[in-house]
Order: sequence, then structure tokens, then C-alpha cells
Amino acid sequence: MIALQRRADPSRLMGYLAPLLALGITLLAGLVLFAVLGVPVAAAFYAFFIEPVSTLYGLAELGVKAAPLIIIGVALSIGFRAQVWNIGAEGQLILGAITGAAVALVFYENDGWYVLPLMILASVLGGMAWAGIPALLKTRFNVNEILTSLMLTYVAALLLSWLVSGPMRDPDGFNFPESRLFHDAALLPRILQGTRLHAGTLVALGIVLAGWVLLSRTLLGFALKVNGAAPRAGAYAAFSQTRLIWIAMLMGGGCAGLAGLFEVAGPIGQLLPSISPGYGFTAIIVAFLGRLHPLGVLFAGLVMALTYLGGETAQITLNLPLAVTGVFQGLLLFFLLATDVLINYRVVFK
Amino acid sequence: MYRETVLKCVLRVLGFTLLTATALTAQAADPVKVGFVYVGPVGDHGWTYRHDIGRQAIETRFGDQVETTYVESVPEGADAERVIRKLASSGNDLIFTTSFGYMNPTLKVARDFPDVKFEHATGYKRADNLSTYASRFYEGRAVIGTMAGMMTKTNTIGYIGSFPIPEVVRGINAFTIAMRKVNPDAEVKVVWVNSWYDPGKEADAAKALIDQGADIITQHTDSPAPLQVAEERGVYGFGQASDMSAFAPKAQLTSIIDNWDPYYVARTQALIDGTWESTDTWEGIASGMVTFPEYSVDVPDDVKAAADVVREGIIDGSLHPFQGPIVNQAGEEVLAEGSVFDDKTLLGMNFYVQGVQGDLPK
Repeated sequence: MIALQRRADPSRLMGYLAPLLALGITLLAGLVLFAVLGVPVAAAFYAFFIEPVSTLYGLAELGVKAAPLIIIGVALSIGFRAQVWNIGAEGQLILGAITGAAVALVFYENDGWYVLPLMILASVLGGMAWAGIPALLKTRFNVNEILTSLMLTYVAALLLSWLVSGPMRDPDGFNFPESRLFHDAALLPRILQGTRLHAGTLVALGIVLAGWVLLSRTLLGFALKVNGAAPRAGAYAAFSQTRLIWIAMLMGGGCAGLAGLFEVAGPIGQLLPSISPGYGFTAIIVAFLGRLHPLGVLFAGLVMALTYLGGETAQITLNLPLAVTGVFQGLLLFFLLATDVLINYRVVFK
Repeated sequence: MYRETVLKCVLRVLGFTLLTATALTAQAADPVKVGFVYVGPVGDHGWTYRHDIGRQAIETRFGDQVETTYVESVPEGADAERVIRKLASSGNDLIFTTSFGYMNPTLKVARDFPDVKFEHATGYKRADNLSTYASRFYEGRAVIGTMAGMMTKTNTIGYIGSFPIPEVVRGINAFTIAMRKVNPDAEVKVVWVNSWYDPGKEADAAKALIDQGADIITQHTDSPAPLQVAEERGVYGFGQASDMSAFAPKAQLTSIIDNWDPYYVARTQALIDGTWESTDTWEGIASGMVTFPEYSVDVPDDVKAAADVVREGIIDGSLHPFQGPIVNQAGEEVLAEGSVFDDKTLLGMNFYVQGVQGDLPK
């Protein structure tokens, strides 16, 4: 008989080993999956994990795809540590994109160096403002922030759709719902010629570092963690819960807004009716995959991005349907959650 | 083929190395590679499904001469450029990008791959190696609008819209104009779902419209869900993009079928022949880009006859779906009697004609 026995303390070793174990089991399951589908296993793994990053362009694309996931993932994980459940990063991303793009369009055909910094500022403020609504409702009226932040995502999406088909529409665009293409001064500088790798990916790395310093080296980080782990202890230590909620929400909103701007001023270059394939939601998964730790989020963001790129490559080179990518991602998440049990339990054979 | 054989003989006679000869034959036998980028899943049974049928038509027609690849459910945004570039860099000679939102990414990649030919559906930006193509679906809307006008009992038609872009607004207007010609009392109610493919939302919209008195449902979204709702609730509807009668055998009166097969085959042929040129194609019923399945048994003979008159009128040019006088919602005449809208006006249409309820989202 195999049984689970509760550990006295959570295993630190398993905390690090479990994700690797999950990755290993996923690869095994993938092996079976590809074998059943009749796809050469080696070719499938090559298409999923190696080929997408076998060129400089591919590596750059990994950075482009992972950047928004990491930026939002880090900010969300800090909030989640404090038990502040901001589920609406997607909406905050959209708002940041809108306010940033508004600056770009106001300064259209203006070559000033200040255009991009202003856009960045506007996007952070836009994202914060959107996250501020659930924060206010939570601290003032004790409304559950999960619901309000989530619902505001749909409001943001409709607001974007209204803006691009009305006030922000390209005047020369046959009434199609798109803004003008941004002027050069409103686009993020590329950091690698011939690729789409933009300055935002460097910012993402900076945010990982900042998140790590905040959580492990500052009083604020400590207060956030204590508030999450033991709210009453936090209260005794005179940490204001209201203040922490505001900080966590605004941090998430600001980072999401920034990520939104990096999309429209980076790879997209204009405002479209849909600017994100759900980065704000995927970042929640990334935050948990990364164990709510900034460095973990960095790796989780890269792994997640790789599965997307791999899915595209598998379709192009092996004619595998997109559903296989979905199954593969699902398997990875499933095993990650399943192996989590090993942190608090040990397996015993009776 | 004959020229290749001659070439090979000449090479042998000249005593070229075996290696060179093999390399040349291999090149001649290399299949033409054609890539497709889809906005939805191939199983949407609507827009993307029909493009994929077109892709299969290329395979059927050219066999070993071609190799086709597709990438499905590619979001319109930052991801599109990567997918298109990947298709271009992995040896595709002709790439079809089949959604409006791929316009700027396609243009960007086309600039970087001057030797690859690109074709973008429903856009307006072209280049030496980038064509555009679209279909005059609004002609089909005039046909089904006529049928709806004659068959509605409640004088209320439910219309499920995706995004309020000119193409969709044009369809709503063409439908409404044709409907009001045969039934001046009928009205069209529009619900926007802000998605091209979202069966859940589409079904909810259909239910809401039926609850508001619509006894015929039509849609500019890609899934068969609204028709399935119509089938359950015992009202009629029209298929979108493909024949959806399998999902709603009683409800579907007819369908506007997107038929890309001849176009895709012709463009591939042009590429093989070396005659491919950048073009702007916008065709409708007359060229077979828009077709219809058999009318359902529930369609009365007089309705069939009226629908056929519209169809034939459009084919022989005696009837235009946007023929004056056309009156907007405010009751102002926007097109005088005797004239028709030119293509530029049609491409940028952003107002409702009289007979559509509600405001156009702007």
C-alpha cells in the first residue's frame, strides 16, 4: 500500500524538486501522447522545445513573449503573498495600453525624446487607476477584490473596443477599428537588430530584481508577507492592512499597465481591438508556477512562453493540431499542482 | 517537364558532375509550399473552416506538386507577426493570412521577404509581393434579407454581429435594405458579441433576440451555435460561411457559403506558372466566391422565386444591393434614386440604414 503521511514541516527540498519532477513527468506523458498520435517523439520534442529557440530570432521572440508574463507575474505574486487577489491584471494591462497609446496619438508626428517616457508614465498611472477601483471598494466597503477586479477586465475590453472604433480610430483607415501606426518616437527601442526584442524585456528583468529585493530585503516586503501568512500577527505589528492592500493592488495595476504599453509600443506598434492574448490571466498561472517568488516567476514565464512558441512550431513543422499544445500545457500545470502535495506530505510504503 | 528532360540530357552530354545533375533534378521536383494563418480553429464550421476547405482544394488539385501548412487560432496582435515570419522563413512560397487583423504584420513580414508571395484577406494594404482578396458577402445578405422579409411573422429579425467594422455593418445594411423592399414593416435588432468565434456568447445573443420577439436569426459570427439555438426554439435562421444544416436541419433556410477554393487554386497555379502578380480581388456571387446550398424544404415557392430573382439580378448586374434611394436611421436620404454606392463608400460604411434598431457602437 502506498500512503501519504503529513510532514511535520513543509519540505524545502521538495519545494525546489517538485517543479522539476513535474516537468519530468510531463515529458514522459508527452512521450506517450506523441507515440499515440504517431508522431516521431524526438521530432516532436525538438519542435516544441529546441527549434523555437534555435535561432537568435527565436530567442528574441521568447523574450518578447515572456516579458509581459514576467512583469505582471512578479507584481501579482507579491500581491498574492499578501493575500490580495488581483485577478484583473488583464483589464489593467488594457487600460495601460489605452492611456499610453493616447499619449502616443496626442503627440503624433512629434519627435521629442519625452514622448516615450510620458507614455510609460501614462500607462503605469492608467493601470494603477484601474486597479485602484477594486482597492477602494475593498478597503472602503470590504467588497471582494476577486470579483471586482475580474469584472473590470470586461469593462476595460469594451472600453478599448469603443475607443478604437471611435475616438482613437485611424482617420485614414476606412473606419476599421485600429489606431494609427505609432510614430517612431513612440516606439520602444529595439535592443537587437533584426529581431523584435525591445527595451521592455530589459525592464522585465529589472522588475524581477526589484521584486526580489522588495520581498526579501525590505520592511514593506516583510509586512506584505506577514499580512498574508498571519493577518492578526501583522495587525499586532501595527502594519496597516488598508495600506498593504492599496500597495499590492497599485503595484499589480502599474506593472500590468506597463506590460500593456510594452505590447502596443513594442511588437504591435498601434492600438488594436485586442492587444493581449490573455497575458493578464496567464500571468496568474505563471505567478503560481513560479511559487510566488520573483526568480521562480522569471523561469515560469520563460517556460510558459516556450510552450506557446513550441505549439506554433509544432503546427508548422509537424502539422500537429493546436489542441496538442493545449493538452501539453494542461498536463504541465496538472503535474505541477499534483507534485505540490509532496511538499507537505511524504509518500510511504506500508 | 519536357524542358527539364532536355536540360538533363544536355547536362549529361556536357559531362557535368553527377552531383550537379542531381541537385538540379531535386530542385525541379521540389513542391511549392503554401502556408495559411487562421484566426479561429479549423473546426469552427464557419470562417476558418471554409478557408481550410480552400487549402484542401489546393492539395487535391496539385497533389505532390504542393505542400500546405496551417497555423490555427493565431491571435490578432503581437503573435501574428511571429507566426507569419516563421512560415516565410521555413520555406513557404505563398502565404495566405486570413483575417483583417493580420494586415500590418503581413505587410511587415512581406517587406522582409521580397521573394515570398503574400495574400491578405479583407485588408486594404498591398505591396509588390502582397495581394489582398475579399468576398462581397453583402450580396448574399441581400438574398437572405429578401427571404427573411417574406418569412417573418413577428416582423423582427435578430442579427448577431461580431465587431462593428464596415464589413459587418455593410452586411447588416444590405440585409435590411433587401428585407424592407419586400416587407417595409420589418425591423432588424442587432446584438454585438465582440468576438468572431465564441459559441457561448453567440448562443446567449440568439436566446436574447428570440426572447425579444425575433422569429428569424442571422449572424455575422462563425459558430453554428446561434442556429442550434434557433433549432431548439423552433425559429428559423441562416448559416454563416458554410452549410450549417447538419447542426440545424430544420432551422437553416439557406446559408451564405464562402467559397475560396477557386481563388486559392488559381493563385497557386499562378505561382507555379510564374505569373503571380500583386492584385486586389473583391468578388461575389457572379464569380462563385459566394454560393448557397439548396433552400430548405420549409422555404415556400414564392420566397424561393424572389430569392432567385435577387441572385440572378446580382449576377447579371441589373440589381445592386445598395441601390438608391437609401435612407439612414434619421430618415435622411444618403443615396439618391438611380445611383449605387461605389466601392470606397462600401469599404468604409459606418452608419445604419432605416430599419435597423439601436445605435451603431462608435
